[in-house]
Amino acid sequence: MNFIDNPKKLRGFEKNIKVEKVSRRSILKGLGITGGFVLAAPVMSRQAFAYETGAGKMPHGVVVDPRVFVAVAPDGTVTILAHRAEMGTGVRTSLPLIVAEEMEADWARVKVEQAHGDEVKFGNQDTDGSRSTRHYLMPMRQIGASARTMLEQAAAKRWGVPATEVKAVNHEVVHSATSRKLGFGELAADAAKEPVPSIEGLKLKDPKDFRYLGKGQIGIVDLHDITTGKARYGADVRLPGMKYAVIARPPVTGGKLVSFDPDAALKVPGVEKVMQVRGWPWPSKFQPLGGVAVIARNTGAAIKGRDALKLTWDDGANGKYDSVAYRKELEEASRKPGLVVRQEGDAEAALKGADKVVVGEYYLPHLAHVSMEPPVAVADVKGDKAEIWAPVQSPGGTREDVAKTLDIPEGNVTVNVTLLGGGFGRKSKCDFALEAALLSKELGVPVKVQWTREDDVRHDFLHTVSVERIEAGLDKSGKVIAWRHRSVAPSIGSTFAADAKHQAPFELGMGLVDMPFEIANISCENPEAAAFTRIGWFRSVSNIPRAFAVQSMVGEIAHATGRDQKETLLALIGSPRIVKPAVKDMWNYGEPLDSYPIDTARLRKVVELVAEKGEWGRQVPKGHGLGIAVHRSFVSYIATIVEVAVDDKGKLTVPRVDTAIDCGTYVNPERIASQIEGAAIMGLSLAKYGEITFKDGKVQQKNFDDFQVLRIDESPAVTNVYIVPPGPDTPPSGVGEPGVPPFAPALMNAIFAATGKRIRSLPLGKQLEA
Amino acid sequence: MIKVKINGQEQSWDGDPDLPLLWFLRDEAGLTGTKFGCGQALCGACTVIVDKEAVRACITSINDVAGREITTIEGLHPNGDHPVQKAWRQVNVPQCGFCQAGQIMQAAALLMDNPKPSHDQIREAMSGNICRCGCYQRIENAVHLASTGV
Repeated sequence: MNFIDNPKKLRGFEKNIKVEKVSRRSILKGLGITGGFVLAAPVMSRQAFAYETGAGKMPHGVVVDPRVFVAVAPDGTVTILAHRAEMGTGVRTSLPLIVAEEMEADWARVKVEQAHGDEVKFGNQDTDGSRSTRHYLMPMRQIGASARTMLEQAAAKRWGVPATEVKAVNHEVVHSATSRKLGFGELAADAAKEPVPSIEGLKLKDPKDFRYLGKGQIGIVDLHDITTGKARYGADVRLPGMKYAVIARPPVTGGKLVSFDPDAALKVPGVEKVMQVRGWPWPSKFQPLGGVAVIARNTGAAIKGRDALKLTWDDGANGKYDSVAYRKELEEASRKPGLVVRQEGDAEAALKGADKVVVGEYYLPHLAHVSMEPPVAVADVKGDKAEIWAPVQSPGGTREDVAKTLDIPEGNVTVNVTLLGGGFGRKSKCDFALEAALLSKELGVPVKVQWTREDDVRHDFLHTVSVERIEAGLDKSGKVIAWRHRSVAPSIGSTFAADAKHQAPFELGMGLVDMPFEIANISCENPEAAAFTRIGWFRSVSNIPRAFAVQSMVGEIAHATGRDQKETLLALIGSPRIVKPAVKDMWNYGEPLDSYPIDTARLRKVVELVAEKGEWGRQVPKGHGLGIAVHRSFVSYIATIVEVAVDDKGKLTVPRVDTAIDCGTYVNPERIASQIEGAAIMGLSLAKYGEITFKDGKVQQKNFDDFQVLRIDESPAVTNVYIVPPGPDTPPSGVGEPGVPPFAPALMNAIFAATGKRIRSLPLGKQLEA
Repeated sequence: MIKVKINGQEQSWDGDPDLPLLWFLRDEAGLTGTKFGCGQALCGACTVIVDKEAVRACITSINDVAGREITTIEGLHPNGDHPVQKAWRQVNVPQCGFCQAGQIMQAAALLMDNPKPSHDQIREAMSGNICRCGCYQRIENAVHLASTGV
């Protein structure tokens, strides 16, 4: 049915590539360290994990090699590489923290350095899919344990005692029988001569001895720099002789430049050049859209110059895209049978025989990412070599794409990953870096391409637009006996192949076919939908519309049967069990179902926990209402209760949010709380305001005035976060994305409780004021 | 020739007098702590303090601040230990961190004007600064902490 079974294969459709040996010299060079302990001998493994994950199936898989990730300097400073991109989740802190934990390094003496884009060396670097911790908890522990073992062996040799008698403790190795101690720095040179232990023989720390993992309040490593303006984001890179570029792109995706008049732009003080930028035909994947670049001595001049350009475009085939008309098409499609992607029992017959059928048709428009840092990149291309500095979620993919775009060997491309001023999936697509590379190649000097906010809103890889239609058939007792869910939405695959009209397995697996309710007759269908703009991953992806529909429907069923929302939800989830949907290509976020099953006991538990802590059923003042929703995504389980207050003019406030998350074994609860707090803001933001619309093929919004996001004065008064303590062997699961999906339905269920109005179309906008 | 004082240092500019202060700071003076978020004074990422007032550098021309004293995040405190900065670290406010310089400058300006703001006053004063990651609860708590003693 679809050409994609793993969304990351979109990134060049490549296969896993065997990890090659990495030379000792390159590690020294890479870390900028010239003395001390650099581990020898390669250790590679994709197995030997306590639980299996999908990490090995990612492009370039996993590298478990202490020599690549760790260095100890003679002064004892431990340098740990962060190979994933930091966009606000805290991963640049938490992965090195895992290494430090196992290594018995003192976190205060650890320096974190950012790895450049090199997946042969570091393994997969795609920072997306909420998978950094779940794929790297165990590999990072093994890397840390390897380094610790070697330090212990070196100390034991120096003292002439068995290695079993010594122990690394807080940055030194101790022989307690003789009260001798040696610091990591003192052991560095000797440890480097020790063989790297096999992964199978490694002794990992007992979790009860953890000093950092799963404990309190580790601040992020960039905290001081961020609060003092020193932290370096993509836009903050400045190179000698660098020029500043702003680009006018086709207003309609797939459109082409017909002509341009640069004269007025060239008269703007500071503007030096106006030039065409190569564009790629639709569907353009991650390649640039093309257009006209204004090159200047500073960004302000480049923007002013671009405003002065006279441009004529051919809008092309997407020039007819109209959101109002397209919504009707989606709605009509949702009312007819579509491709069946999950079938259990006979939903059609059961719906016909039902005592009552509750029908909900839910709409979620396109959403723009609008990370606070608009796309930006610096490139320095000289001959057949290119160096890039950019806030990219996918440095490995960026490297490949720059090489292909410039037609130079991948080994000649260096991608330096800056901090990301937000990503949310937008910066998994490296078109902005490719633009900078093309311009630098032509100009022969370093170039910074800065997207304005208008560029960002108008030329995003948008969240898809969807209609989700659910019909629930109830028997006389109010029990749900039939469930038909039709999901109609353009696929992310359309950005790669024009004929992708059905959702890919990875999209179907986000809240449609993995629906966990215990219902005898289930039909999930996916009617066709074509795309007329660039569709891409947006934090939580298809889970947003699916959870909105499914969990709103739970509220509708509760109302139809006169029952409590939470009780209705638990009744639908049913008995504690492992759900095995009848689905051919079950995606499961790329994870094996054995390690990461759909476990309704865990789903029930987060509902019960949030209900208890969030005081479900509490008395609320008049005009207030409580709503609840639960959703499993990115193999984590999250339940949210929202309290709303709606005044007599229809103005909405959110006095309280409570969220319970079960993300398995976790690293830094402080950052989990911050992600969930942020997810409530983003959830409220999209529910209240999120909408990108098209007319004549053009995005009608441009900036934060007409694509609004939530501000502090509208934000929930308080968001409480409860983390389910993991079982001893519960594998880690996602945190960055799962918080968003349950928010909108919990909010809408709360609004219904407060006002009796059922909101099925997002955003809320002025619907309560009517 | 336009002269301005930035973080105590005299700077001059003989280019386009309409150049937004933001781009002078970032591209000409190399002070990249002040961020570009929207260019239309809608998000507050570019907030700096001019004399004692929080100003959006993206819509303020260099000419408009001629002869004035500008403080950016880099100049807020010599060691980065302004009470707002300290409170920010204590509360672990940032996620991606990109909007935080603007938030901190806005909060510092608020406290100059109103040393003990109520929670409602904090929310009102900070409502021009967008954080897409959604750090608002912590921003509110950090401003409150800074106002009550870190």
